[in-house]
Amino acid sequence: MTLLAPEKVSSRLSHAVNDSLVLTMRHLRHIPRIPELLVFSIVQPIMFVLLFAFVFGGAIQVAGGGYRSYLMAGIFAQTVAFNGASTGVGLAEDMAKGLIDRFRSLPMARSAVLAGRTLSDLLRTVLILIVMSVCGLAVGWRTHTSALSITGGFLLLLLFGFAMSWIGAWIGLIVPSTEVANTAGFIWLFPLTFMSNAFVPIQTMPSWLQTVVAWNPISATVQAVRTAFGNTGVAPTRGFWPLEHAAVVSVGWSIVLIVGFGVLAVRRYRTASSR
Amino acid sequence: MGVAIRAEGLVKRYGSVVALDGMSLQVEEATVLGLLGPNGAGKTTAVRVLTTLLDPDSGTAEVAGFDVRRHPDEVRRRIGLSGQYAAIDEYLTGRENLQMVGRLYHLGKAHSRERAAELLERFDLVDAGDRIAKTYSGGMRRRLDLAASLVASPPVLFLDEPTTGLDPRSRLGMWDVISGLVRDGTTVLLTTQYLEEADRLADTIAVVDHGRVIASGTADELKSQVGGDRLDLVVTAGSPLETAAAVLSAICGVAPTVDQHSRRLLGPVAGGAGTLIEAIRLLDEAGVGIDDLALRRPSLDDVFLSLTGHHSEDETVAPTSRRQRRQAERSTS
Repeated sequence: MTLLAPEKVSSRLSHAVNDSLVLTMRHLRHIPRIPELLVFSIVQPIMFVLLFAFVFGGAIQVAGGGYRSYLMAGIFAQTVAFNGASTGVGLAEDMAKGLIDRFRSLPMARSAVLAGRTLSDLLRTVLILIVMSVCGLAVGWRTHTSALSITGGFLLLLLFGFAMSWIGAWIGLIVPSTEVANTAGFIWLFPLTFMSNAFVPIQTMPSWLQTVVAWNPISATVQAVRTAFGNTGVAPTRGFWPLEHAAVVSVGWSIVLIVGFGVLAVRRYRTASSR
Repeated sequence: MGVAIRAEGLVKRYGSVVALDGMSLQVEEATVLGLLGPNGAGKTTAVRVLTTLLDPDSGTAEVAGFDVRRHPDEVRRRIGLSGQYAAIDEYLTGRENLQMVGRLYHLGKAHSRERAAELLERFDLVDAGDRIAKTYSGGMRRRLDLAASLVASPPVLFLDEPTTGLDPRSRLGMWDVISGLVRDGTTVLLTTQYLEEADRLADTIAVVDHGRVIASGTADELKSQVGGDRLDLVVTAGSPLETAAAVLSAICGVAPTVDQHSRRLLGPVAGGAGTLIEAIRLLDEAGVGIDDLALRRPSLDDVFLSLTGHHSEDETVAPTSRRQRRQAERSTS
């Protein structure tokens, strides 16, 4: 059982890729047919950009003064994190409708339903990041680095979003209903995103909290993205190791989360039951 | 003729609730087994085990020659499942749903497209084929769901309450489709709460209660197990029920069951039509007014009542929600 012939492994792998792509297509077809979903997942980050830029922006002082530049990396990270939670809602819905039962009764790869959904959510995130960037440019956000560095920043965000998607997938499979997925999937994201350097400089917090914040994967990601966009002049790392090596730490966190929650979610999927 | 489905001693517990309590069954190729029982009897759990969705605590099951636990993928390649809920993607068209399932059975792009077109034709969904399934009626969704389970032309088909919630016309249509499949050689295991449905579709019926098969056989065998014909008498209002009961006792040899409310008496009889004539004569002599008198074969409901002590429609308590099951699971672990 444990030793598989090489051709069997390769046919399994090609099935897994095929099945994942078939399901990715399924979700991409949904996008134009449920336009409300895309519209609202774009409206929310735009709303945050405007709220923070105009409402809180005046009250929050960052050295150098460019709060809107400081803010954008934070809003980007928050948005990709929240998109991860919607992965879970979608899965919980498939479960409630009995679709997961159908998929589980088919001779398809056990990882495909999850991979198809996280991949299509990743593509949706690309779309959302494009719209947000335009919105950011409109309120005065500017990058100050090479195209390569900027691309790197966006790739970091997408990788992190993909990791958050796998956490969302796992939550979507363990909750008893779509309604619970809707709250359980999002509620923990508020402390996660706010207890970070996304919206306010870390030095304004009590020192014990600074340590927690420094190790928050959101902080590393935000710090790395700020560096990549050239928006960091104003965000000191205050000697915290994870912030000084932000890009490596962000990638590390993402990989650990993808593998860890990938294993948990697929294991859960194997025994998932609709009712 | 081979055996398409074989289950032996299946046990599945959710905490203190026993969903399957040593269920065994066998289905010959190209026949229909009707799993008949009330809600919570374990029918759906049995289907979930046989379709590899659920691991039993103990017991073995083989479908299309493969063990469901050791070779689940081989089993999945050979089965179709259509559940109680139409498991289709509402935002895909009927055609896209069927093509997607074909691709997931690894039929290839071209073949999946062909199969989708064939099935839309067969299930009278051609006109609706390119509309998203959200716009379909309940009957259409059920047909699409059944079509999806047939994409890979599986030799073994599991239908979990295929007509629950359908209007009478859609139900008749569904019955025709299922009968057609069996004629073409498909083995079907279907669960139902409807005695009429089992009677109509199933070659063999397994009566399930509390996670176990308590009787099985053809509809006729089950009926004869309950006994012979019954004399079914409805007495006119105003006529004394006691007198009628006394007359029936004399004919049947035992006291008949009396339903005061509907003024109905039932008693077993051995003789044929002659008994009916004798009954009319004796009742008339005793001055009992007759609203209705008939000799009838026992129904499957009678079978159920005599086997389980309750009617088939009575609900038994079982954990039906995911949360309840999970709580039950947790309490044992």
